[in-house]
Amino acid sequence: MNKADKTNQLTPEKPDLKLGFIPLNDCCVLAVAKETGLFEKHGLEVELYKEASWANIRDKVCVGALDGAHMLAGMPIATTLGLGFTRKPMLTAFSMNLNGNAITVSNELYERLLVIDPDLVSDPKRSATALKQVIDENKVSGKALLNFAMVYPFSNHNYEIRYWMASAGINPDQDVHLRVIPPQYIVDNLKHGQIDGFCVGGPWNSAAVKEDAGKILLTGYEIWNNSPEKVFGVTRDWAEKYPDTHLALIKALLESAAWIDKAENRNEAAEILADKKYIGISKEVINLSMAGDFKYSANGKSISVPDFNVFHRYLANFPWRSHASWTITQMYRWGQLTESIDIRKTVESVYRPDIYREAAEQSGMSYPASNYKREGEHHDAWILKEKEQQFDMGADAYFDGHIFDSENILDYLSAFDVHSMKVDLEALKKLNKS
Amino acid sequence: MTKETRQLNIMLIDELPERSMAMEKLLNNLGHKIVARASAGDDLYKMVNRFLPDIIIIDMDSPDRDTLEQMQSISSDQPRPVVMFTNDDDSQTIHKAVKAGVTAYIVDGLQPKRVMPILETAIARFNEYQMIRDELKKTKNTLEERKLIERAKGIVMKQSNQDEATAHKSMQKIAMSRNMKLVELARSIIAAAELLK
Repeated sequence: MNKADKTNQLTPEKPDLKLGFIPLNDCCVLAVAKETGLFEKHGLEVELYKEASWANIRDKVCVGALDGAHMLAGMPIATTLGLGFTRKPMLTAFSMNLNGNAITVSNELYERLLVIDPDLVSDPKRSATALKQVIDENKVSGKALLNFAMVYPFSNHNYEIRYWMASAGINPDQDVHLRVIPPQYIVDNLKHGQIDGFCVGGPWNSAAVKEDAGKILLTGYEIWNNSPEKVFGVTRDWAEKYPDTHLALIKALLESAAWIDKAENRNEAAEILADKKYIGISKEVINLSMAGDFKYSANGKSISVPDFNVFHRYLANFPWRSHASWTITQMYRWGQLTESIDIRKTVESVYRPDIYREAAEQSGMSYPASNYKREGEHHDAWILKEKEQQFDMGADAYFDGHIFDSENILDYLSAFDVHSMKVDLEALKKLNKS
Repeated sequence: MTKETRQLNIMLIDELPERSMAMEKLLNNLGHKIVARASAGDDLYKMVNRFLPDIIIIDMDSPDRDTLEQMQSISSDQPRPVVMFTNDDDSQTIHKAVKAGVTAYIVDGLQPKRVMPILETAIARFNEYQMIRDELKKTKNTLEERKLIERAKGIVMKQSNQDEATAHKSMQKIAMSRNMKLVELARSIIAAAELLK
């Protein structure tokens, strides 16, 4: 029997499923699987529920009102650790996508930054340094702090904008107001001057550009190349109770992600997303970021950024434990996580490459044997070589040149000049001897 | 049973204000005051700081829930107890599970008899939670401060060859003369020592 034949062998314990999503470009992995019949192909009858907030997604998955959902990569970790109001062991075995975020600022702030450094878009360090100067000038002249927004405390949007600011000595907890605003309100907030900038996913940066409410200053890709973004999250109880259902789901999602990742299918994916059931915004705006061309400003030229959204290539769907480890370092860095935990143990319970491998094996797709990789080492495309196989990988560099090694987390954490850390590093060290 | 309850100043958040009309009417009938009404895209931070409601009631289908959660976790954002209302059937299960959490849900429609106890419980639970959090913070700070002072003392002892008591005294003296807290001085000593390392 060949591998692919196993597809039909799974008998999902629970074929009728309710899955939740937030209307954003990357929910297309679920939307396409539903609209093109991939769930049915794997024996699943799936209803998709458009949810109003990440908190709703978290609560509904926790109590089983939803079987699983589109989640920010930090959510299963945060919820497992009991950060953010609810504690429930969760896990993910499937990464939905890489990248997709950007930082957009108001036209007014953009102009001020540009006067300070006409070459600011060439390097995130330079734009952050220019922002630092604006903040310092505002302090001297007694102006109120600048307001920035992101969408959820345990999101990569939050960690990316903080990483970028901190590189120039800006403490996002002291030197600006950084708050949560739901993505669908964020452009209006920028337009009306309630905020000066934001970090959010698609299609909202392009929507701001389209309405000329602001300009995209830099992409999340420029902060950390091919950084993790959304995952498919379930509770640990659910995964243990319905293992074959979980595998069938991941197999459907793998096929969906592989299909979306092909450039020639992006337009059709955008069409699906434009529907009111999903995002309900014009296909044209969605395509501004989904099609691989990217417009930084209303009057600017389209620039080709083929990796702005990565859904499958570069092993994008593999749940790298190094991604989860990095996320936990950011939770410590910004004082969200205050207690000492065994980081490796947490990462291993939440990020489950073993389940991914089983699904990939049954789908006849290759998968890596390693669970961790050194993040930040590759400034260009590279090849991951393992014994008998190799994988085409994308760059994984941080703009400041830092390397993140999951074997050496304590040194990484101690090296931050700018942070709001509340954990006792000595105690953390004791629990995390490598 | 019908204990006299105080009048609550309530902030109501609903993306579609027509949905919250019934809720508003009910609360008014119960003698409470809606001091602020927010809908899609309003600046919640500003409104909460301006109206200082006793409690915030939000439609579960409002995306602003994420904003409120963040505000609840940051003390300088004036955290307020939050109650959600919904007519969604699924919420029955949610209600059960979230009982133990900080957030409360109002389910099975708008029966006046049920709404008041939920609001009161939410406020009581919130206050309890805030108290525990403040206390935890205080204990943590004191511990943290003690650690810093001891570390700084160690540096002073090593650098100027003083014994523990003398080092402590000289630090106290300098802190007093500069009108600083001992822990602030300790921080500068540690920072300076790191620079010179």
